[in-house]
Amino acid sequence: MRRIISVLMENEPGALSRVVGLFSQRGYNIESLTVAPTEDNTLSRLTLVTIGDDRKIEQITKNLNKLVDVVKLVDLTEGSHIERELLLVKVRANGAQRDEVKRSVDIFRGQIVDVNSSIYTVQVAGTGEKLDAFLQALGEHTIMEVVRSGVSGIARGEKVLSL
Amino acid sequence: MHILPGEEIEETQVELLSGGDMLVRALQDEGVNLLFGYPGGSALHIYDAIFRQKSIKHVLVRHEQGATHAADGYARSTGKVGVVLVTSGPGATNAITGIATACMDSIPMVVISGQVPRDKIGEDAFQETDMVGCSRPVVKHSFLVKNAEDIPEVVRKAFYIARTGRPGPVVIDIPKDVTNPSERFPYRYPEKLRMRSYTPAGKGHGGQIRKAVALLLSARRPVIYAGGGVVQGEGAALLAELARCLNYPVTNTLMGLGAFPGSDKRFLGMLGMHGTFEANTAMHHADVILAVGARFDDRVTNTPGKFCPGAKIIHIDVDPASISKTIIADIPIVGTVAFVLGEMLETLKSTEEQPDQSAIVDWWRQIDDWRERHGLYTAPRYQTDGALIMPQEVIRAVYDMTEGEAFVTSDVGQHQMFAAQYYLFDKPRRWINSGGLGTMGFGLPAALGVKIAHPDKEVVCVTGEGSIQMCIQELSTATQYHLPIKILCLNNQALGMVKQWQEMQYEGRLSNSVYEESLPDFVKLAEAYGHLGVKIERRGELHVKLQEAFAERDRTVFIDVYVDPSEHVYPMQVMPNGSMRDMWLSKTERT
Repeated sequence: MRRIISVLMENEPGALSRVVGLFSQRGYNIESLTVAPTEDNTLSRLTLVTIGDDRKIEQITKNLNKLVDVVKLVDLTEGSHIERELLLVKVRANGAQRDEVKRSVDIFRGQIVDVNSSIYTVQVAGTGEKLDAFLQALGEHTIMEVVRSGVSGIARGEKVLSL
Repeated sequence: MHILPGEEIEETQVELLSGGDMLVRALQDEGVNLLFGYPGGSALHIYDAIFRQKSIKHVLVRHEQGATHAADGYARSTGKVGVVLVTSGPGATNAITGIATACMDSIPMVVISGQVPRDKIGEDAFQETDMVGCSRPVVKHSFLVKNAEDIPEVVRKAFYIARTGRPGPVVIDIPKDVTNPSERFPYRYPEKLRMRSYTPAGKGHGGQIRKAVALLLSARRPVIYAGGGVVQGEGAALLAELARCLNYPVTNTLMGLGAFPGSDKRFLGMLGMHGTFEANTAMHHADVILAVGARFDDRVTNTPGKFCPGAKIIHIDVDPASISKTIIADIPIVGTVAFVLGEMLETLKSTEEQPDQSAIVDWWRQIDDWRERHGLYTAPRYQTDGALIMPQEVIRAVYDMTEGEAFVTSDVGQHQMFAAQYYLFDKPRRWINSGGLGTMGFGLPAALGVKIAHPDKEVVCVTGEGSIQMCIQELSTATQYHLPIKILCLNNQALGMVKQWQEMQYEGRLSNSVYEESLPDFVKLAEAYGHLGVKIERRGELHVKLQEAFAERDRTVFIDVYVDPSEHVYPMQVMPNGSMRDMWLSKTERT
């Protein structure tokens, strides 16, 4: 099962490598990983997407908690949550294609953030599924380059991950 | 605050120290009086600071792996943190095997490694290696010290992390310029420590403990399965009290030997791959298993899917990640072994409920029958009338000679299993071996660390002619520091355990497990290092020569005993796809 785990950890050099190292050392999967400092710059927030059954996820969270740099973590997929990923895609946009791409961008509520005579660069935010669907709608022949940020997430309602 | 030479600050009570002196002072403030190490370029400022003080003794080993194993032996036999000091590059990487050994067995250790100066890091400088990176998978935590001012706090944190919770090794990597003697900084050793991200488990959950006691009392075929956590967590006395109060059988893991007295009639012997018939069979048939400070290692469980099919499992461990990792616990209890066992005893004393005595009597009758049939301690399960010396009888002889009171370190292989089976430890911290990582070469340096901690005690390193050659250079350290130990080499002229597997599972194809007449004369080798050497080849001379060797109190004695090279370690669990009770009992007999 796909899980989104959010981790608050010390914003220290080497902390990220301990998390990544744990995953490779114990044979866990990382589908995506994002990390950046929080409003408290002594803390980083890391969001990772992993796949495993309940037992594996339990081991993953236990072993993450064991890392001395990890302060707190939450499995966002245990409750209702908001998941977002940012996509930047550079597409060929010539002639009739230009309008076609523009229409797709509007349908997916994206923005064209750079433009020249033959290329659009498009930004779309959403769940991983939505971004997949947008790329499919564009068609592989128009796509020149794709970059995705990896998933970030936050719980809905009162629930917060903070100190 | 950065103070240049000659500059002064007003606070007179704050001492100004260089990074190197700060490190040594912090170690003193942490109560360290012993270091095992090896100097080199990046560590020279630190070594100079060591030279200029008196309270910390430094033991110069012959290889950094030896330093880590010696510190490990010191730590295992005392419960204190073992401390190692090495230089950068090869000094640091040589220490890795010993760090991994300590990590697998949860041994408290702090390893300080020199590093190239800060401005050289990442430039492939001479003797540069990314020690924090190299050691990351085999440490509990690590620090790269970027500023000298951070040294006191880093040292304080390192020792705290190493010895609390599930103990383990911590690396402190210090760039050379951080220890520069010409730059001085105010030194304060932090009294309090604040670590928001590290809170080791303490008390176990009261409700879980009560549930566990109720389950234990309802048991008809209970087994207490105790591991190294009972030794490390100072829970041995409580465990013995619990087992005696309930009259339940106890088995120890390889790491847990001594956690319950080996001579107690409730002791079933070791369990697992080379565990006793009675321990493994009792586990298989148990209805309640109380696992204490043990981690259901693959060398214990055999095939996890066939592990103890009828048992409810209570699992006490300080490390939550050890619980339900391979075998799911019915009642998990996260907490220190000492606290949880203490609470369980209190609960037991305050309840009027009792185990079903007739069921327990039947259970003991069943166990005694297993003991009688194939137990290691009811009759010799090895040949007693042949011409060749049997490895088992050597261990028995040494057990008798030392009255079961010696500190026994071991290397890895058949000799390790024979020692584990036949030297019955009544006290914790007496059996010192590399159980998790299985590090050949561990025994000799570990024995030196034990001897330094217990100079008046008999220390025996049980080894083989293979393992001993992996750290044999430490014979020289024994000479320099006058550490009189006994080295008991069960010499079967082959890598015995490898050979046993090749004979059992590879149709006897002995791929690279024999030496073809290339072994050194260990007696001469010992003498070359200034020690005594004794060679024992004939069965008739075993006891007399052992006695002579053990009568020598003031010198290291290398006892090279030629044992039956064809002997295997039994019982041996059947693999693959075997359960706990599926064992080979001899070359021809299977359960």
